Order: sequence, then C-alpha cells, then structure tokens
Amino acid sequence: MTHSTGSVSACLPINSDLDLVRVRQHVRQMTAQLGFGLVEQTKLVTAASELARNALVHGGGGQMECTSVSSGGIQGLRLVFSDQGPGIVDLDQALSDGYTSGEGLGMGLGGARRLVHEFSIDSRRGIGTTVTVTSWNSRPPRPREAP
Amino acid sequence: MPEQQVAEHETDPAEEVGAFLRRRREQIAQRWADAALFRTVYTVSRDDAVDAGRTVVEALAAVAVSGRVQDAEADGFTVVREQLARTAQARARAGATIAQISEEMDALRPPVTDLLLDELSESPAEHLRECTTALTVLMGTLRLVMLEATTIAGQELINRQRLELLEIATPVIKLWEGIVAVPLIGTLDSARSQVVMETLLDAVVEQHARIAILDITGVPTVDSLVAQHLMKTVAAARLMGAECIVSGIRPAIAQTIVHLGIDLSSVLTRASLADALAYALQQQGAHIVPNPASTVEPR
Ligand SMILES: Nc1ncnc2c1ncn2[C@@H]1O[C@H](COP(=O)(O)OP(=O)(O)OP(=O)(O)O)[C@@H](O)[C@H]1O
Ligand SMILES: [Mg+2]
Repeated sequence: MTHSTGSVSACLPINSDLDLVRVRQHVRQMTAQLGFGLVEQTKLVTAASELARNALVHGGGGQMECTSVSSGGIQGLRLVFSDQGPGIVDLDQALSDGYTSGEGLGMGLGGARRLVHEFSIDSRRGIGTTVTVTSWNSRPPRPREAP
Repeated sequence: MPEQQVAEHETDPAEEVGAFLRRRREQIAQRWADAALFRTVYTVSRDDAVDAGRTVVEALAAVAVSGRVQDAEADGFTVVREQLARTAQARARAGATIAQISEEMDALRPPVTDLLLDELSESPAEHLRECTTALTVLMGTLRLVMLEATTIAGQELINRQRLELLEIATPVIKLWEGIVAVPLIGTLDSARSQVVMETLLDAVVEQHARIAILDITGVPTVDSLVAQHLMKTVAAARLMGAECIVSGIRPAIAQTIVHLGIDLSSVLTRASLADALAYALQQQGAHIVPNPASTVEPR
C-alpha cells in the first residue's frame, strides 16, 4: 500500500528538559488535530516522550521531525527522532525490557515500540540513532508486523 | 578655528561622532528628558531623567570613540545595560508593547541628528553623510542593546518564577488525622520529582501521617521516568513507615502504562482521590455512615 506523505510540519530541537515538554505538547496537539482518540493520543505522546528523552540522555541531544501522513483515507502521524550520539551497539539488548545502561527502568525503547503502530530503528556506532514511529488515528492500514 | 576643522575632517566619522556626543552631552540629555521614553519613566523628577540621559550619551560616546558603532557587545554599553532594561521594564509595566518601546527609542535619534547637522553645516556633504550614518547606526545598536537587555531581564524573571513554582506547586493537604495528600499538577521532571519526594516525606514526619496520597490527576503524561519517580517516592514513604497511595490514574494513562510494560503492582493505586480517601479512612478504622436525612436517592 502506498502512503502519501505530507510535508514535514515541524522540526523540534531536543536539547533540554524544556524541549521534552515542547515535544509532548506538539505531539498532543497534532494527534488531537488529526482526530486521534484519547487513548491513541496518550500512547503516541508517551512514546514520543520516551524516544525524545533517549535522544537527549543517551544521544546527547537531537531533534524530532513531525509529519502527518495518510493512507487509504486514514490519517496518521509520523515522528522521526534523530541524534548524533554514540549509537546503540546491541539493538536486541536495548529493546529488551529492563535493560538500561544508565539508571532508568530500561522500559523506554521497548515500551515505545509497543505504544505505536509502526516502529523502526536505525543506529550506527559513532554516528547516531534514528527512530521512526507512526501511529494512525484508527486501525492501522496494514497488519502490524510481528515484533 | 579653521585648522582644527581640517584636522577633524580627516578623523574617522565614528570618532568624530563620539567627540560630538561628549561636547553636546548636556544639550542632548536635556532634550531627551522631554522625550516620551524618559518623561514617562522618570515621572517624579526631571533631573533624574537628565541624569539618566547623560549616562546614556556618555556610553554612546565611549562606543563611538572605540569605533564599534555596530557592535551591541561593545564595552561602552556595559554601564547602561541595566539602566536600559529597567527603563524598558518600567514602560512595559505601564502597558507599552515591545514595538512601542522600540519606537520610543527611535524617537531619541532626531534631536541628536539635528544637533549634529547644525554643528557640521559647514562640512563637505560627503563627510556630513558619513557622520550622520555613523550616528544612525550607533542609535540603532543602542536600540538593539535595550531590547536585548529587556529580553534577558524577562528570561531571568521566568527562571526565578520557575524555581518558585517548584516549591509552591507542591502543597501538602492534611485530609484527616494521619492522612495527607499531595495533588501533582503538570510535568514531573527530575527536579520537580525531587521536590515532591522531599515535601511528602517531610509531611509524613511532621504530621505523623500513616497514609500519604499522591494524586496524579493533573499530570498529563506518565512515561517510564515519571513511573520510576512515583515508585521511588512510594518506596521512600514506606521506609518512613507510611503507606503511599497513587490516585487519579485516568483510563487512557492506565492503558498506556500497561503497554509501556511498567509494573506498578508494588504500588497501591486507586482511580480517584475520593476512592483513595475512603480506603485510607477504612485503614484508620473510621467508618463512613450515610446521613439518613439526606435527600439523595440511594443508588
Ligand atoms: N538514542 C540512543 N542513543 C544511544 N543509546 C540509546 C539510545 N536510546 C536507547 N539507548 C540505549 O538503550 C538502552 C535502553 O533504552 P530504554 O529507553 O529502554 O531505557 P533507559 O533509557 O535506560 O531507561 P528508561 O526506562 O528510563 O527509558 C539505554 O539504556 C541506552 O543504553
Ligand atoms: Mg529511555
């Protein structure tokens, strides 16, 4: 199925705690505008909070690109979090529940994947990490791939 | 003194403007004292307005002499930055917008330009043009310095208020003998969580509370960090001998927490603050007896 992609509606910096607040507010606003239900709104905002914090804490700062997308008449929101940090050496380990290299719960990355409809991650050692997530305002337009 | 005039024509226009400002400091300050910006700020004493004007002219002269008319960071401005910020703030308090303040700053230029034109009326056109340009640029830079100082002062105010908010936004409410509640509102970042934990533990000690209720109805997002903070607070309260209940978990947030995979089973939770209070009272051995005279229909 082909997705039509809107233009990037916003690109927000992620360099401080205050930026995390802005990221959450922006995603909340966008999902509300696209007609997401309260539960889907909350899920995507929470996933964005996790991924933005990872970019800030582990990636040393980065940015979030926010694009509205549509497919088969269904509206969605795509968020791309990128940083130029150290990258993730072992993706499976990072995604597993409870693994943290710091003092967190280690639930952020795996949890974010469960909170969204589509999730992909591209991380290169010494170059950085990019996580792309998409959620739709109703049932996803294609079956979700098994994680 | 024709000789001196010739010498002046060879000097750098910025330097010449600097010398001019020093010479005419008194006159400029007098004229400025009647301009809107100074008149409306120094309402009590015109002498104060003239004094303030003198300081600004002196700063402008120092900047011009140093040849940095375009540089808002020039040393000469340092002495007037605070004064300019205070002036702008006074205007803002009186209801002036940034645009208005900027306009009032702009209105300081013509009286100075007039004086300069008077003084240089005998000079060659080219030189006259260079000097007025230097003065115009200098006054533009002054305006920039003032607006910058205003913004920075505003930022400092915000930072201070943010700190104050950290403290006042965490009230501890005594609901009953031995029962305290902390309604949380807004973002629970790490700094805020620290304050919440300390406030709650202090209240547990001071009020001999056996039960502390953390109500998160006003917290918009519960992610793994917020959840971790909540769990830490609950664990700390437990160490102090108090039981901690988290209330106000809205349905959408409950579902999100489950998908996130966070296990809050170690935390006692209730849907609403009322439920939490009912539970707490029960734990204290209190009983809620419905009022038979109440007109409310039984459910
Ligand atoms: N953008 C990133 N750049 C580098 N490493 C990352 C990035 N995102 C995640 N990681 C690595 O993956 C680990 C797991 O991330 P995850 O978000 O699940 O847990 P956490 O951030 O440590 O704790 P929390 O539960 O508070 O989010 C991190 O500890 C970190 O080592
Ligand atoms: Mg994380």
